Amino acid sequence: MAPKTARVTRNPELIRGVRKHSRSQMYHKRGLWAIKAKNGGKFPTHDKKSVGAEPAAAEKAPKFYPADDVKKPLSNKRKHKPTKLRASIIPGTVLIILTGRFKGKRVVFLKQLASGLLLVTGPFKINGVPLRRVNQSYVVATSTKVDISGVNVEKIDDKYFAKQAEKKNKKGETEFFEAEKEEKNVLPAEKKDDQKAVDAVLLKAIESVPELKFYLGARFSLKAGMKPHELVF
Amino acid sequence: MPFKRYVEIGRVALVNYGKEYGQLVVIVDVIDQNRALVDAPDMVRSQMNFKRLSLTDIKIDIKRVPKKKTLIAAMEAADVKGKWEKSSWGRKLIVQKRRASLNDFDRFKLMLAKIKKAGVVRQELAKLKKETAA
Repeated sequence: MAPKTARVTRNPELIRGVRKHSRSQMYHKRGLWAIKAKNGGKFPTHDKKSVGAEPAAAEKAPKFYPADDVKKPLSNKRKHKPTKLRASIIPGTVLIILTGRFKGKRVVFLKQLASGLLLVTGPFKINGVPLRRVNQSYVVATSTKVDISGVNVEKIDDKYFAKQAEKKNKKGETEFFEAEKEEKNVLPAEKKDDQKAVDAVLLKAIESVPELKFYLGARFSLKAGMKPHELVF
Repeated sequence: MPFKRYVEIGRVALVNYGKEYGQLVVIVDVIDQNRALVDAPDMVRSQMNFKRLSLTDIKIDIKRVPKKKTLIAAMEAADVKGKWEKSSWGRKLIVQKRRASLNDFDRFKLMLAKIKKAGVVRQELAKLKKETAA
């Protein structure tokens, strides 16, 4: 394309509020007479949209008008960006969890979920940490990596971890309490199978590295003389 | 208790403060009571306060303010690097650096190795005790 030269205005401003050419002069300059002549005496227009929808909506008057004017909140179309993953955390990295019931446990990182949380697994057989979500802020990334190429975590996402909708058993009060307690603690077999499938591949990769299994089974703790800001993880 | 390490031209010193912390340098000239002109193969010749230098036992044979090429040749001839790495001071620094760069996994492996070694030593000791007791 030929470079666009800056468009010169047809109707320059002489002084604020006063332009050079009048309305009829601009009509001639823009060539509207030529466009009309080309189109048979009328200025070309788009086809009008289907007339049916508009009158139907306008006809019915609303039955209810609210007493006070309710202000509509301003529309906010901002979308959150996915959490930026630290450069040191790549799939297969060994992470140290810092808070929660698994604090100090060394865990294998699998992938980052859509919500920004990190999907991790113990593996369960080694240190009792199941497939779990963990926040990046509560984790220290070590430089140890595990080979994670054979592991398939495609089907695990945030919905996998959603709470099960509770059944409505409000029949008898005493029966209600007992029934709830029994149902709550059982983990569905499907989740156990998922855990075993992921861990089976991981365990092979871990056992190929000497002492890595014991490393993952042990908890991390600060001992005397360890300065966290000087430690290389 | 006389002094054994003197500030002289050719004395190798270790920088103990500042940007060049931990580097070995050679004193090539003395500027005044407090400062020396100092040079090393990988740095621009510059002045340093004596307080920033820790003198070592190593001394090389050079004339006052040698050219860089001459300095490097003299350092190779005297094998400064080799002597330093063999000396107990030099070895200590190397070990310190290695310990500081250990990974979390390395530290774990080190702990296991220490326990194992202690176990072996204790076994031998027990054996010896048994022999003397018997």
